[in-house]
Parts: sequence; C-alpha cells; structure tokens
Amino acid sequence: MSGEQTLQYIFAGITVGSIYAFVAIGYNIIYNATGIINFAQGEFVMLGGMIAYTFSGFMPLLPAVVLAVLITSAVGSVIESVFIRRMRKTSVLGMIVVTIGISILLREAALYIWDEQIRALRFFTGSEISSVSILGARISPQVLWILGITTIIVAGLFLFFKFTLTGQAMRACSENLRAAKLCGIRTDSMVNLSFMLSAGIGALGGCVVSPLTQTHYAMGTDLAIKGFIVAILGGLGNAIAAVAAGLLLGLIESFSISILPMAYKDVISIIILLIILVVKPSGIFGSRQASSMKDY
Amino acid sequence: MLKIRNLESGYDKLKVLKGISLHVNSGEIVTIIGANGAGKTTLLNTIASIVKAADGEIILNGTDVTGITPDRIVKNGCVLVPEGRQLFPAMTVRENLILGAYTLFRKKGKKTAKENIKNIYSMFPILKDRERQLAGTLSGGEQQMVAIGRALMTGPELLLMDEPSMGLAPIIVKNIFRVVESLRDQGKTILIVEQNARAVLEIADRGYVMETGSLVMEGNAEDLLDNNDVKRAYLGRDYKEFTDK
Repeated sequence: MSGEQTLQYIFAGITVGSIYAFVAIGYNIIYNATGIINFAQGEFVMLGGMIAYTFSGFMPLLPAVVLAVLITSAVGSVIESVFIRRMRKTSVLGMIVVTIGISILLREAALYIWDEQIRALRFFTGSEISSVSILGARISPQVLWILGITTIIVAGLFLFFKFTLTGQAMRACSENLRAAKLCGIRTDSMVNLSFMLSAGIGALGGCVVSPLTQTHYAMGTDLAIKGFIVAILGGLGNAIAAVAAGLLLGLIESFSISILPMAYKDVISIIILLIILVVKPSGIFGSRQASSMKDY
Repeated sequence: MLKIRNLESGYDKLKVLKGISLHVNSGEIVTIIGANGAGKTTLLNTIASIVKAADGEIILNGTDVTGITPDRIVKNGCVLVPEGRQLFPAMTVRENLILGAYTLFRKKGKKTAKENIKNIYSMFPILKDRERQLAGTLSGGEQQMVAIGRALMTGPELLLMDEPSMGLAPIIVKNIFRVVESLRDQGKTILIVEQNARAVLEIADRGYVMETGSLVMEGNAEDLLDNNDVKRAYLGRDYKEFTDK
C-alpha cells in the first residue's frame, strides 16, 4: 500500500467514523440524562438529511440545514413528551424497546412522507467531482466539512456541559436524579432538552454526510447499530470518547476493506462489539469504577 | 413556618406515613427521632415533594404546598439535605454548590449566588481548599459539608435534614451539629431527622418520636431526654437502670 493510498483510506475511515460518532454522541447525551439507549437515534440522522433535502429544493443550503436541525429537534422533543415521559415508570429495558418502536415508527413515517428513493443533499462547497489534495491524497471538500463540524460539535458540547448552568444541570440529572430534583432542577425539562439536543446533533450529522453517503428512509437501522457499537466501544456516557471510538471504528472498517472482502466490514465491527462486551464492558476509555456505579 | 396536617404517603401500595401532624415554628430546631423504617425519611421526602402525598396537607409559610413540584418547594424556601448526602460525585465541589443555587440563577440571582458561595466557604473553610476537587473524592464529613452548603445556596428559611450524622465519626458529628445550631442562631428553621437521638436532642428545641408511620410522642427536647420510654427505646440506656430503680 503506497503512502497516498494509506492516506486515502485514513480519510475514508475518518469520514465514516465521524458519522458513527454523530450517532454515538446522540446516544450518550440521552443515556446520560435518562439511562436509556435511544435506538431511534439513527432515524434522527435520516430525518435531518431528508428534511434538509426537501427544503433545499426551494431555498439555499444553509437555511435548509438549519430548518432540518430545528424540525428534527422538535421531533425529538415531541417523542420525549409523548412517549418517554409517560412511560418512565417501566424498566430501562422496557424503555429501550419503546425506542426501537419509535425508530420503526419514524422509518415508516419517512417512507410515507417521502418514498424509498435514495436522495443526496448538494455538496456544501464544490460538487462531487471537486477535490482537494492533502499530502497527495485526494479528498472531497465535504470530508473537510464533516471533520470541521464534528470538531465544532464536540468542542461545543464540552463547553456546554462544563461551563453553562444548563449543561451542569443536565450532568447533575445523570449523576443523581433525585438530588437534582432537590436542587430545584426541573428534571423533566432536562430530559426533554437531552432529546432535543441529540436529535438536533443527529440531524446536523445527517445533513453533512448526505452528499457523500446519501440519505435513504431505512438508513437509520444500520447507523443505530454502528453508533451503538461506537458508544459502547468508547464507554457509554462519554461524548469525547465516542468521537475517538467512532474514528477508530471508521479506520478499522476502512482498512479492513483493503484486506478482506467488503462484505466482512460489518462483521468486523460486530466482532469488536462482542470482544469489548466480554473483555472490557466499560469501554476503552470508560473507567471500570464509574461503570460499576451505573445501573442497567 | 411549617404545618403538616394528617399527612399520609408511601410507595405504591405500601403506606408508610399514617396520618402525621406536626408543626415547626420559625427559628426552631425540631427533631424527629425513631428507629429504622419508622418513616422519618419518607416524611422529609414527602415534604420536599420527592414522594407524593396521598392525603393530608403541608402548609409552608401559610401557603398550601401539598403536591406541587419539587422545584417549587425549593423556590418557596424549603430545601432538603438528603440522607447519605446525595452529592453529584463526578462534579467538583464548586459545581455542586452552584447547582444548589440553580433556582437562584434562573431568577437572575447570580450575584446573590456568588455571595452565598463565599458565605459557605467561610462557614466551611476546608471546602474552599477543595473547591476544584470532585465531590466523590472527599471524606464523609466534607461531603456532608458540601451537602449542607448546597442546600444553603438558595438561602432557604427552612432546612430539612435527613440523618446528617450517618456514617460520620463522633467528633465530626459534633461539628456538624454545631453548624446546625449556628444556623438556627442565624435565624434559620431546621427540621432534622436522626437516629442519633441523644446528640440531636441536645441541640434541638422540640422533638417528636416516630414509630411505624405515626408520631407517638412530642415534647421539649429536655423533657424527651428525661423521658423513660425515650431513654429505653432510643438513648441506649440499659433496661436494668429502669427495673432496678
């Protein structure tokens, strides 16, 4: 494998990995606030891409993306207040089943609203044939967009959770829901906000990757599984670890293609999930101590 | 300050409180003593609205607060220091305190909140040194200080304290109780639930004795300390002392 080829694989891996990271970040935000794994996370990515595509038909790209993010956030908020809030009494496992149901619902709704065609958003800059050359590797400018937006999201989330009162209150909810209530934090609104936030981030991810990977009504399931692997790999609840794990999985998949037939790509990630679950269920970056305090 | 009438509550079908009536006057330390499982914690949780009242009423400063949301209880000037501290362990001491003032910040009371942090640091100087440490890494006594500090952040009039002495060395218990006394001297009202009956009766003004969901006795703290039934059941006096008399 030549140097440029290696670089090409690396960029491909980072691109795919960023998408996984987007989904995994969404998992983590909701998991942190509620302890639920929201398997409808992949559908948020799909909705973002679909809505942005529809709007981009009659308006510039930027407002279309913004609208898609806002609308998907609203969908996340509605899902929380209609389904999740009313069913909080059931077990965590029960809630996870509910989110799988929601994901099917969203997928079928998308099929009904749009159709089974594959769509792709316009490239943010340039077109499908334009490319930039970095150290001899030729990559689409969209890859730079993906990387840039992933970085901004991660940095933004870090600042939000660390320095804003709302962010701190959300962390408080995840650490000790009862104590958060005693502090006068309205935990219901924090949970709602976590759904809005992860839906919005998922939608934004769906928009930036759409030009490269296309958007399809049923794309969510695949992403949900991959995102889940990444979230577990990084250690549930840790958004920054999710990005690292996402990139790692993306790279592994990308290089596996150069050695093994393409069809084995998914097998490899599932094998990684199994190994992690057996060897270190707290994830690569997760501390064993912290995970032992969590209840499942 | 606080008036409770015929309060009943519990968890699903299990009724824990069977008609509790009590009152706490402004500027008092009132204690509720009783054995494990008597319902003391449930009572405080019901007042803080973490557990829903099934029947009866809770009147705080003349307003009926039965069944309102926990955040509105906090806004009404009543904060609970929960059993076992219940800090946010992976957050710093300062973040814990800031979250205590969450409702203040929401009312644009950033300045007051900053002042309150200062006051709490002067009350517990050790917390100032530990400001950037994660709350979960502190010792039990320090964690209890954070818990009390966090509850004081909104400047409540009524402080509910659930077993503040739990799991602490006797010397630290003494310090904590001294702080409770000084809070009363600053004009706060305190309702404190304790198993360490002797220590708490020494600082309290009045006390109630709780048994299996009902209050069975009430009186001045000194009277309760002298009461033979209380001595036998809660102060760990040997049975002989009474029979040999």
